[in-house]
Amino acid sequence: MEPSSRDDFVIAIRSAFLKKDTKQKFSLLALILLTLTILIFARYDFRFVKFAKTSLNEIAYRSTFIFSAPENFVKTTYTETKNILFVYNKNKILEEKVKELDSKILETNYIISENERLKKTIDDISYLSDEILAKVIVDKQSPFLKSIILNKGSKHGAKLGMAVLDEKYLVGKIVEVNFTTSRVLLLSDLNSKIPVDIMPNGTLSILSGTGLNHGIIQYVRDQELIENDQTVYTSGAGGLFKSGIPVGKIEKNLTDNELKVNFYSDYSQLRYVKLVSFKTEEE
Amino acid sequence: MGGISRLNYFKQIFEKGPIIILFISVFNEFDFNYLDLKYFSFNFPFILIYYWSLKRPGSLGYGLIFLSGLFNDAVVGLPFGVSSLCYLLICVFSTYLRNITLRPNLIKDWFFFGFTILVVNTMMYVIASLFFEVKIIYEDILVNILFTFLFYIIFSNLFDYYQKLVFGGTTNA
Repeated sequence: MEPSSRDDFVIAIRSAFLKKDTKQKFSLLALILLTLTILIFARYDFRFVKFAKTSLNEIAYRSTFIFSAPENFVKTTYTETKNILFVYNKNKILEEKVKELDSKILETNYIISENERLKKTIDDISYLSDEILAKVIVDKQSPFLKSIILNKGSKHGAKLGMAVLDEKYLVGKIVEVNFTTSRVLLLSDLNSKIPVDIMPNGTLSILSGTGLNHGIIQYVRDQELIENDQTVYTSGAGGLFKSGIPVGKIEKNLTDNELKVNFYSDYSQLRYVKLVSFKTEEE
Repeated sequence: MGGISRLNYFKQIFEKGPIIILFISVFNEFDFNYLDLKYFSFNFPFILIYYWSLKRPGSLGYGLIFLSGLFNDAVVGLPFGVSSLCYLLICVFSTYLRNITLRPNLIKDWFFFGFTILVVNTMMYVIASLFFEVKIIYEDILVNILFTFLFYIIFSNLFDYYQKLVFGGTTNA
């Protein structure tokens, strides 16, 4: 009796899973079962998987930093060339902005001192912050997830949930801490959601990442009050970040009423960032 | 004598070329994100693993493929083990194709590759979003699948050339 095509299929599949070539030490089936076991243990946060992951992360992040050196060189050269080409036009715009900002600084200094005085009067919470300066060692933003790796970990005092600032602007929060490295989930990531305050109206809402280079405002009540170029700050709700950290500017899409947030920082150009944790004066 | 042993040394390095390229590509995602191209991404390790498992399985050890997947998850930030599973499934598909093929044909290999990455990426999406609750944009995956599929034909020709150069065009299938 001749074997049927179904038998051929079964033989080919069985051979693919179980047969080891002379140069292979493991069969595919054994490795797939091992991977599935790791996935299940990782899902339920088993301690030894966590430990293995942390060790592997340390090796992977450092290796990526070395392997990325040539590409980073190309990237830096490309960005610098682009900057040089547009330097004249940028200078003109910046000169105008400097004039405008000079006048605003005086105004802001007055408001800050007035705000501190008023806070003391009403016994509001004042925040103190611990700052750690960190270098971005990997910014391989995969097509699916937007995150960066920093060269500071638990050894240097980095903790889960710490805010990550580029100068004064919020760029994300720490979601994974290893011994000497940590991962930051950028605000642009689809999984990022933070409570924000849209000024000057003081509208509270949620800023969600889109996976692209901007965020969107969700769950907002008075949408018609929000206009183009209004500033988005952290609201401090939930106690994760302090209130008033600038995030970006509103861009209102008139056709579908979508509220886009253009971030102040360019996430593809992050070199050094600050890790900040906030605590009240009493703490 | 010294010249011959040096030649042998270089030959050995070139024979390990596919696995070296795999680890480099895993550690240094070829993403071109600084070009700021919204709709462009492709998965180079998928092409590399599929091609070499199909044409010359001995050149990529399954254990090393598994390890490279774990490193990829660490670099990209995907749940631990997802990439390893994807890479190993690609090996299963390519080994199956090798077992049932008598006369290899580039177009057949190409379309089977398209089917393979569709299945593997769907599985990756399901595991990441349902099992680990990581949100992933579906359109990004589709763009990634499309470009990976299109780029296979280019890299396949490059790898053919490399294979002829290093192994003399013989296969160990």
